Amino acid sequence: MSDRESGAPAKPVPVVTPEMAPFWEAAARHELVVQRCDACGGLRFPARERCSRCLSPEATWVPVSGRGTVFSWVVMHQANHPGFAAEVPYVVASIELAEGVRLVAQLTGIAAHAVTIGMPVEVWWDAVAPGAVVPRFRPA
Amino acid sequence: MPHPLRGAAAIAGLGITPQGKVYGSGPVGLAVDAVRLALDDAGLRREDLDGLLVNPGLTWSDQTMASFALQQALGLRDLRLGATMNLGGATAGAMVMHAVQAIAAGICTTVACVFADAPLKPPAPGATRASSGAAYGFARGFEATQGFFGVNAMYALLARRHMHRFGTTPEQLGAVAVAQRRWANRNPAAQMRDVPLTLADYLASRWVVEPFRILDCCLVSNGGVAVVLTSAERARTLRKPPVYVLGMGQGHPGGDPADTLTSGAPLAKRTAFAMANIDLRDIDVVELYDCYTFTVIVSLEDYGFCPKGEGGPFAAEHHGGPGGKLALNTGGGQLSSFYMWGMTPLAEAVIQLRGEGGARQVPRHEVALVSGNGGILSTHATLVLSRHVA
Repeated sequence: MSDRESGAPAKPVPVVTPEMAPFWEAAARHELVVQRCDACGGLRFPARERCSRCLSPEATWVPVSGRGTVFSWVVMHQANHPGFAAEVPYVVASIELAEGVRLVAQLTGIAAHAVTIGMPVEVWWDAVAPGAVVPRFRPA
Repeated sequence: MPHPLRGAAAIAGLGITPQGKVYGSGPVGLAVDAVRLALDDAGLRREDLDGLLVNPGLTWSDQTMASFALQQALGLRDLRLGATMNLGGATAGAMVMHAVQAIAAGICTTVACVFADAPLKPPAPGATRASSGAAYGFARGFEATQGFFGVNAMYALLARRHMHRFGTTPEQLGAVAVAQRRWANRNPAAQMRDVPLTLADYLASRWVVEPFRILDCCLVSNGGVAVVLTSAERARTLRKPPVYVLGMGQGHPGGDPADTLTSGAPLAKRTAFAMANIDLRDIDVVELYDCYTFTVIVSLEDYGFCPKGEGGPFAAEHHGGPGGKLALNTGGGQLSSFYMWGMTPLAEAVIQLRGEGGARQVPRHEVALVSGNGGILSTHATLVLSRHVA
């Protein structure tokens, strides 16, 4: 991305916790994964150490489609982090994946006031630093 | 049979420190000041306290045992009740609930419940903006990588959803901000006392996180607030008219509030109103937790003032400020007076029930409803307070 090459402040890189490490490893391969409970099959994101439905500790990270719809959205007008200052105002959405899990992600490639709840979106991958790839979403 | 705890204890003292851009003290010092003021208000001495409950604000992070730290700071000996409590904005109600239970059980006799915080820093030399509430802009983990920061943004997602499902409008959010500012303009303790506000001003105010403008968001305040509770019988012998706790309840729904757009109020209300043996019609003064204009709208729905989804139009019609149809957030609330988490609505209810509201005093002030809401519509506490116990 040109921002990084131009020397603009970097965006936050993932803080890789033990629970989230498999997510970020998959992200580096451009694969969106969520946790699936081995006991009850429930999907969850972000990571939890136990399934909140059945309390099982056993879970497997499984790929999801990366497609979903906008469940809700906001426009961030303040640069709470210098890495996002050049993009203010920008859109962040709660996205309901086709598999039913919700996650909050930056929505790019659309003007703020063109966003509608229910619109289809898909994941893309943003290399924010060497070795650090994060998901974003855009209109599908 | 009336509930055995109905009216068993009362708020006998209220202490409110100067609020807002008050520099020079940390949260522990402000908490000491608030307790001292509450004791003076009640006509009690430090030695009378045998219980201390503390809701630490954000800036107590190096005080993991806040109630003990405050006990030492206050020089209190031989306490029989102590706890550091945190349900976010529901903590004030939960502290009062814990205090009433302990007093009624004979565990202790006189309990101070206190909140204090000092997130505002003095302006740096040459800075145009006096201070920063950046303490509330935190983000961690995955959400930080997405540029999703802070409580404002989390509530804004819910507000957008509410607008989508129910047609809630910016003008309805603005009506809440304007009504509460009109109350604050009559409250000498309000940070926004001298700043009038019109709907046009609201609509022209800057965006923070759309759909929230700056005037949808609560203030950030340095300060402390404390209440002192004791038995109803003892409270009647003290300096100020007792404010009896008629009912109390909590409600923490769990799950994702985006699914229901409903707080814990319905659950907390059921317990509190049953204990108080009252109905919504019996409420004269309504003090609803207002971290955002939106929270007031949701709370009006969740307490049954109007059906789910109709909080926007209801607020625009009934939340008119002084002289309006509903005596709601009569000190200006956290939007326009000061932000002391759940202590803001609690303190205003005490002031109104006692008849100490001055220019903003509500003519009918027998029974007050106080709500506390924490997290992202995650935790809730309800208190029903009255100046009579009958």
